[in-house]
Amino acid sequence: MNEDAIAQARAWYWQRISAMVLAVFVVIHLVVMMYAIRGGLSAAEILDRTQGSLLVGVFYGLFVLACAVHVPIGIAKILQEWGGASPRVASRLSQLFAAVIVIMGLAAVWGVSA
Amino acid sequence: MRASRSRSRSLAYSAFVVHRVSGLLLALFLPLHFLVLSQAIRGQAALDQALRLSDLPAVKFAEWGLVVLLTLHLVGGIRLILIEFGPWKGTRSGWITATVFIAGCTGVLFLYNLVI
Amino acid sequence: MTTPAHLPTDSKTLSVRIWRGAAEGNFKTYQVPRNESQTILDIVTYVQRELDPTLSYRFACRVGMCGSCAMLVNGQARWTCRTHVSRVLDQSSTLEIAPLSNMPVIKDLATDMTVFFDKWAKAKGQFKGAKSRNDDFAQVRPDSPQRRAADAGIECIGCGICYSSCDVVAWRPDYLGPAALNRAWTLANDVRDTQQLERLKAIAGDAGCHACHSHFLCTERCPKAISPTAGIAGLKKKIGRMAVKGELE
Repeated sequence: MNEDAIAQARAWYWQRISAMVLAVFVVIHLVVMMYAIRGGLSAAEILDRTQGSLLVGVFYGLFVLACAVHVPIGIAKILQEWGGASPRVASRLSQLFAAVIVIMGLAAVWGVSA
Repeated sequence: MRASRSRSRSLAYSAFVVHRVSGLLLALFLPLHFLVLSQAIRGQAALDQALRLSDLPAVKFAEWGLVVLLTLHLVGGIRLILIEFGPWKGTRSGWITATVFIAGCTGVLFLYNLVI
Repeated sequence: MTTPAHLPTDSKTLSVRIWRGAAEGNFKTYQVPRNESQTILDIVTYVQRELDPTLSYRFACRVGMCGSCAMLVNGQARWTCRTHVSRVLDQSSTLEIAPLSNMPVIKDLATDMTVFFDKWAKAKGQFKGAKSRNDDFAQVRPDSPQRRAADAGIECIGCGICYSSCDVVAWRPDYLGPAALNRAWTLANDVRDTQQLERLKAIAGDAGCHACHSHFLCTERCPKAISPTAGIAGLKKKIGRMAVKGELE
């Protein structure tokens, strides 16, 4: 039980740290999105600005990784407190979700910036 | 019949619900967001086709909703970081007001950029 | 609403619903006299003495010092000896009295507080010192930040109102709860205490301080104006950092 408690304490900590990191990313992303949606969305407009850009790749790659830390910890709590899941089940499901975020997210980053 | 378990709700409780529900909805949206963008792997035409979905009014409404939810979650999250890591200043209800206000502004800004 | 037969016909009366039973049961309606300066405890006492001697409830000091009379009044956990009927009726036309939530009901308005106090013990909510009567006094400055933090929380009398008001206690049966964690916080700030590390290990994690979501209901309801939320926030930060640095092994 003690190892669980320490792991849970760590999860609390890393969720808050990733939140602080995400705060910066999200503000920048929102500003960028406001400009991007002007005059409608098109693949050409997006890819013109993002393709071949190392900055875009690194920025959004890190964004995806921060999400992969932050989101699953919250999901695990919701599953336990509102979904009635056991800590084990909640942990497994949230790890699965983390994998989905990393794989799909990095695929998207690759798609637009490579 | 069971004895009453209801308790009247505080503002801080409502802030918690908004934070949790917005986080959950954003989490569920993420894979869809990545799916659409990753169509770029199949080329510009494929991404364009996926982006045409965003012409639908329902999708535009969802985009607006997500931007508002993201802002609510972000500013509400800053309030929580201050509560948990900052000097103790109670419920920081000023930040609850700021959360609603900034999310409202973001929603308006989004609509503005959508139509200009 | 006819005046009960044992009262003068020109008395003002009040209709009140009181929980009868245990986990299962129902609310029973009683007509009680409406007096000036009447508290909820006055009403419960009247019902048990004059109308229905089978009603079970707890009280002791009846002057707001012991915390024994805590019950749910219109869904809010309160000390019934310090809750004026007029205040309650200002906000609602009905009056409903129920036992404290988040605890098993023994009978009617009396709850089983065993788990509440067990969690206190699990959180290592007891002082343990290293000095004996033969040693010098400990020197603790009352205006030091640690002593101030401890003093803000030591007036707790274990009435259970915060515990009853906590959503996380309702959602996670093993969550230690605001009272136990507040006590742990006061001891964590007690420079004389010698089981600091064991205590912090005991209250880490989702059964402990890290499950609190800062709803502030405990802080809002505490009749002693203690803020368990503040103490829990302090514990979260302290223990979270220690967990990451490997200082809790």
